[in-house]
Amino acid sequence: MKSKISLINSNILNVTNGDCFKLFEMVYIGKNKFIGEVIEIDKNCAVIQVFEDTSGLKLDDEVYPTGELMCAELGPGIISNIFDGIQRPLISIEKESGIFISSGVRAKSLDEEKLWTVKILKKIGDSVRPGDIVAEINETELIVNKIMISPDIEGKVIDAKDNGDYKISDTILVLKNNDSNKIFEINLKQRWPIKSQRPFLKKIDAREPLITGQRVIDTLFPIAKGGVAAVPGGFGTGKTMTQHQLAKWSDADIIVYIGCGERGNEMTQVLEDFSKLKDPKSGKMLMQRTVLIANTSNMPVAAREASIYTGMTLAEYYRDMGYHVAVMADSTSRWAEALRELSGRLEEMPAEEGFPAYLASKLASFYERAGYVKNLNGTEGSISVIGAVSPQGGDLSEPVTQNTKRFVRCFWALDKNLAYARHFPAINWSMSYTEYLDDLKNWYEKNIDSDFWNCRSKILSVLNSESELLDIAKLIGVDVLPDDQKLILNIAWVIRLGFVQQNAYHNFDTCVPLEKQLNMMKVILYLHETCKKLLDLGLPVKILSNHEIFEEVINIKYKVDNDDKFFFDKYFKKIDNFYTEMSKK
Amino acid sequence: MEFLGFEKVNSSFLILENLNSSASFGEMVEIKIKDKKKLGKVVEICRDKIIVQVFGSNENISVNNTVVKFLEKQMEIKLSEEILGRIFDGVGNPIDGLGEIYYETKININNSAINPVSRLYPRNYIQTGISSIDSLITLIRGQKLPIFSCDGLPHNQLAAQIIRQASLGNFCEEKFCIVFAAMGIKYDIAEYFKKSFEESGVLEKVVMFLNLADDPVAERLITPRLALTTAEYLAYEKNINVLVIMTDITSYAEALREISSAREEVPSRKGYPGYLYSELASLFERAGIVKKSGGSVTQIPILTMPNDDITHPIPDLTGYITEGQIVLDRLLYQKNIYPPINILPSLSRLMKDGIGEKYTREDHQDLANQLFSCYVKVQDTRALSSVIGEDELNEIDKNYIFFGKVFEKYYLNQDKFETRNVLDTLELGWKILGLLPKSELDRIKIELLDKYYSVTDFKYFMI
Repeated sequence: MKSKISLINSNILNVTNGDCFKLFEMVYIGKNKFIGEVIEIDKNCAVIQVFEDTSGLKLDDEVYPTGELMCAELGPGIISNIFDGIQRPLISIEKESGIFISSGVRAKSLDEEKLWTVKILKKIGDSVRPGDIVAEINETELIVNKIMISPDIEGKVIDAKDNGDYKISDTILVLKNNDSNKIFEINLKQRWPIKSQRPFLKKIDAREPLITGQRVIDTLFPIAKGGVAAVPGGFGTGKTMTQHQLAKWSDADIIVYIGCGERGNEMTQVLEDFSKLKDPKSGKMLMQRTVLIANTSNMPVAAREASIYTGMTLAEYYRDMGYHVAVMADSTSRWAEALRELSGRLEEMPAEEGFPAYLASKLASFYERAGYVKNLNGTEGSISVIGAVSPQGGDLSEPVTQNTKRFVRCFWALDKNLAYARHFPAINWSMSYTEYLDDLKNWYEKNIDSDFWNCRSKILSVLNSESELLDIAKLIGVDVLPDDQKLILNIAWVIRLGFVQQNAYHNFDTCVPLEKQLNMMKVILYLHETCKKLLDLGLPVKILSNHEIFEEVINIKYKVDNDDKFFFDKYFKKIDNFYTEMSKK
Repeated sequence: MEFLGFEKVNSSFLILENLNSSASFGEMVEIKIKDKKKLGKVVEICRDKIIVQVFGSNENISVNNTVVKFLEKQMEIKLSEEILGRIFDGVGNPIDGLGEIYYETKININNSAINPVSRLYPRNYIQTGISSIDSLITLIRGQKLPIFSCDGLPHNQLAAQIIRQASLGNFCEEKFCIVFAAMGIKYDIAEYFKKSFEESGVLEKVVMFLNLADDPVAERLITPRLALTTAEYLAYEKNINVLVIMTDITSYAEALREISSAREEVPSRKGYPGYLYSELASLFERAGIVKKSGGSVTQIPILTMPNDDITHPIPDLTGYITEGQIVLDRLLYQKNIYPPINILPSLSRLMKDGIGEKYTREDHQDLANQLFSCYVKVQDTRALSSVIGEDELNEIDKNYIFFGKVFEKYYLNQDKFETRNVLDTLELGWKILGLLPKSELDRIKIELLDKYYSVTDFKYFMI
């Protein structure tokens, strides 16, 4: 029985003979074979959303079922590639259709012709279970792709190829299942439906931080590997900048950067920058560990909705190999808007601000795909998700931000006023929070310094007292405050400029190791202690604050090399000198 | 295929029923009423009915006098380099009395998205000769930088000045042209732009598409697409640097809302359709530079914020798509400052990569950051002084108040016909920063501070 189009409303179609389809099945539409997905089925009719511009479709154009759900193709060749929302590689599309992405353009997700050097780890007679690693390929200079058995297959190896060069569709192993006597041919790729989570053995508690080299994050509001964070902020507050910084410097093995409904130029920038910048750990190009999913704001909206799932599925594939993956989703609000747009076209009952009522559950199921897990094959891997949120009008009470807040455990609120003053990263320390503190405390105390947590809370408390004092100062002026409070303002100023503020364009200030972060805190706190002592001697803050030591401490970030482990001794001495000099007055 | 009559008509839609036609989605339709012809577009197809959106008003249409013809093609525009210097209406018919243009190609106006892989990241700055823009919100070739304005503020004058001075600046040796799209603006404003193009001697390099306030609303949705298709053709096929001025985006969004509610769609914020973001993006994302061509499309859309509210859906969504914004401020204008650019919410996202040693001068970024930071301090101090009185302020705060006045009067303020070289602007910036003690300048690298900073005598600036 053939299925034909009976209604066209922008990218939503109704088609006849709904019983040809499964829900969420991928379909091809019309003579140009546009890609679509079944989202509703009725006995006689089905609703399909199309991932491409539907101009030119006609009534009675045929719709072809494919028999499989919307899938991502997983195999070597994903890393350092750039895909659109439904995993079409943009470089091949460019060859095919020029500078504009024309509708109906076809491109294989992975290069079918490329020969990969495969090291086969299993031999005849070995029994393999779902998720087992059977072969290895050096996918890029940084990443070893581990060929795994698909989660629904097990059996005994009855034929195995030798190590050598293979294409992704070449069979390297043949399995036989003893119970069902079925034969499986294993090649280098597998397909997985993007909207279902890939299985794992169990989730493990978060216990080590995702180190980002950003002081305000690592020290004040750390995120765990396998954690979820949201970065909300109005336009111009630096969401994308923060995401870029994390993508560049975080210590994950693999970065999946999803540009969902954002600017084309931003994706170009990531592509250009990451092909030039080097990973600080390995010295290789950052692109060697990065996958980009680019579905810019003017690409079809249904593909925007899919892009988030595509990215997540790619991330899960590498997690299963035992890698730590960080997913940057910029921006989840655009994704929520895509849901709203599609829901509007389906004439569903709108809930808050026109968003569909299932917004919360969709967000929840997306963020729940993150986590630190023990995989089927016994390795451990993690997916950390950092989602940017673009609240309407910069108002954090809107539905997407509010619903996101319920499912993330780390919240880095970007502040318009800090951004106006060009204080970057504009993460507001009184609105942001992290729930990973207790999980990570152990790690920090063991691996960095037992005093780390202590320093952190002291720094934070100075900043918090500052905001209270500033409220008062706004009414009566700074001059009337007592000296000990003026000192807090001074130290807070040092913390803001010297510690919280970080220059993304500076050679080494762009990414700072934890040891230096700790030592910077120690120096600042020592300065605070010393000044307190001087106040007790009766010296006014005014005289102290004119001393150049404050400037010097602020400039530690530019003056001291990242690997200089003993700089603080020098600064302690300087502060001691400052004490002796002042106490003589 | 031609059909006589239809089932239903309202102000902007025709509904045709029980046709045995194979209309395709997005197909153009010609509607003949007696001798008059109008265009329409298929926006929905069902088993037994087709909804056609009509460009132009539906007056005089009756069920019997109308012939509907399906043209079996998408909306296209005829293009060649000859269109430079020409004026068209909102749907692309010439209205300057010079007749049809000779065309070498026809292009679908709903062009697809540019492949991010084919793009080139914009890095080349455009000198506008306006201090506040050049130094703090630098315009980059290939950028989309809207002007957020309010009713009654001089956004048109500012746009005209940018065009006038940019075309004299570093644009002038290269091939350069302007595409102007008017959406729902008044006749006088269109005339103002025309006159200012004439005065700056670029009229023969301008293509104008005019949909004025009393023109049909549905046409308004076509106008910017015609303009941008023209711009892309000139930029990517003919290697010309194109500056696109689109005014007023607010009217465009209003038109979308009007059409959307006529189609009984589910509204989202403030009655605007849920796809407002995607629609605006489909316009703004058509700016940029691509690898295989020497041209560029730079957009300066103008939008008036309803009720001066920057959080209104139109400016809000625009700000999320464009690469920054220039925000005009009523209070500054009342202080008699032109251009009344409120620099704090204004931003150019591409600025950081297009300035500095290779392009303008090494100190540009630091100087800009410092000016922003000091101006924030000025606002705080003013708030404080409105509570406790200016006399009660301490020395340094008084310094800031003076700095604020000078900054607004000498730096932001400039004549409509005054061009300032970017280096002069930077010098002026340092001169004004000299009013503050060196210890206050915490955003500038020490080397630069030592090189450029010198104390300025207060008497240097007259207030």
